[in-house]
Amino acid sequence: MSDWFANVDWSEIAQASLDTLTMLGGSLLLTILLGLPLGVLLFLTSPGQVWQNRAVSGVLALAVNLLRSVPFIILLIVMIPLTVLLVGTSLGVAGAIPPLVVGAAPFFARLVESALREVDRNTIEAVQAMGATTRDLVFRALLPEALPGIIAAATVTAIALVSFTAMAGAVGAGGLGDLAIRFGYQRFQTDVMLVTVVLLLVLVQFLQMAGDRLVRHFTRR
Amino acid sequence: MIRLENVHKAFASGHAALGGVDLEVARGEVFGIIGRSGAGKSTLVRLLNGLERPSTGTVSIDGTNVSSLSGEGLRTLRRRVGMIFQNFGLLSSRTVFDNVALPLRIAGADKARIAERVPELLARVGLIDHGGKYPAQLSGGQKQRVGIARALATGPDILLCDEATSALDPETTRSILTLIADLNRELGLTIVLITHEMEVVRQVCDRVAVLHAGRVVETGSVAQVFLDPKAAETRAMLDEGSDHAAPIAFDGPIIRLTLRGDAILQPVLTRIARETGTDFAILDGRIGRFKDASFGQLTLGLTGGDTAAALAALRQHGEVSE
Repeated sequence: MSDWFANVDWSEIAQASLDTLTMLGGSLLLTILLGLPLGVLLFLTSPGQVWQNRAVSGVLALAVNLLRSVPFIILLIVMIPLTVLLVGTSLGVAGAIPPLVVGAAPFFARLVESALREVDRNTIEAVQAMGATTRDLVFRALLPEALPGIIAAATVTAIALVSFTAMAGAVGAGGLGDLAIRFGYQRFQTDVMLVTVVLLLVLVQFLQMAGDRLVRHFTRR
Repeated sequence: MIRLENVHKAFASGHAALGGVDLEVARGEVFGIIGRSGAGKSTLVRLLNGLERPSTGTVSIDGTNVSSLSGEGLRTLRRRVGMIFQNFGLLSSRTVFDNVALPLRIAGADKARIAERVPELLARVGLIDHGGKYPAQLSGGQKQRVGIARALATGPDILLCDEATSALDPETTRSILTLIADLNRELGLTIVLITHEMEVVRQVCDRVAVLHAGRVVETGSVAQVFLDPKAAETRAMLDEGSDHAAPIAFDGPIIRLTLRGDAILQPVLTRIARETGTDFAILDGRIGRFKDASFGQLTLGLTGGDTAAALAALRQHGEVSE
């Protein structure tokens, strides 16, 4: 057993796993906090909705598409000054979180918007016809109705973030992906590669299962 | 109570949904608006609670111009105008109880009031035991009953029905229409009902407007519009799915006899046949009920005897047209 994994430093693996989980947890939380309101705004300002506004919706859509079209590795580097401003460093786990959030929030916002679009038109009208304010409409109807879709969106986003964290190794963020690149790829340590990939697979599998279970729990259709 | 004056509605796409509609709905009546899909019915009904705004013209309820309202004024108006929908518009994530409670919560009712009012409403629509279910566990008719209970929650005096029975089977449609008629009678609700089905209008409406391509082509009592349609569009709609329009070959005078109310209970034809010696061939006919009156309408071929005297006798019982 120890021969097969001769190059594997298990304490380093543990630290990398912890780094990955910290980056994932921190960036997912902030992505949801930022992306959810952005997604709701994208939806509300789109044509036919209560706040329909071509200018606002156009600017938001452009900003979202712009951020989504920048490859994450480029975003990491371009954002360095902003990252330093926000968290005081562009390195390590803390330095990786701002670009992870900026990369994932627009993506999540788009998914939230499309989940909101699935809410039945008659349902929205019915709630408006009751004399609801826009706040009532969002919190009492749109978000509860779209909750399964939003959870599914968060699951997809979390998994995308896992692969983003691997790239964050490029700014010295650490984590499993970083380990896979530095040891597994650059030093041909296949055993390290294998261990990290298996751990990432377990993480992704866990996220998907947990997400699916929550979606089922909240689906009443 | 509800008045539309020269209402036009064009959408941003340039599509004109309504082209100059004038309508008046009296308090306490069931007013039908019938038309084919694309006639502008849905747009029209949405003007009444401000879900849509007219491009020009005014929509007023009790003298208040609906399109001038916004914010709190509009929300207050909406609490007195209930609305039900073709696809019910229920929140799938909420129980029946919570769906019915929603308008009350939005209106700021406290817990005690909600706990008292919701069971009352559920009992009214016959769903008292279903409060804990989710909409997906209900049949279509039950879903619409929840929709009705919800629409009634804030105690409105107007109920808007947007194709409320179009997704239901004929039997369920009848039971929902019966409920709507009961609400009209018992609560004095003014009801505006949008539909593409003549049958719906016949069963519950007092008056009806026929909408075609964004214009009202005919308005009148249901009996009048049904039995003696003036507009070609109305006749076309009435003849749909039947062969009333087919020309009939008969050797002799052909007349249309319309009997209303108690006249249909009398043995009119056989008596006149005996007295005048004229025989009647029944070429076409329909007998039925409106909301509160019966009618019979027959197309008759007359032959032999004193046809002039027979016609005169028929005129004493009903309307005759040739």
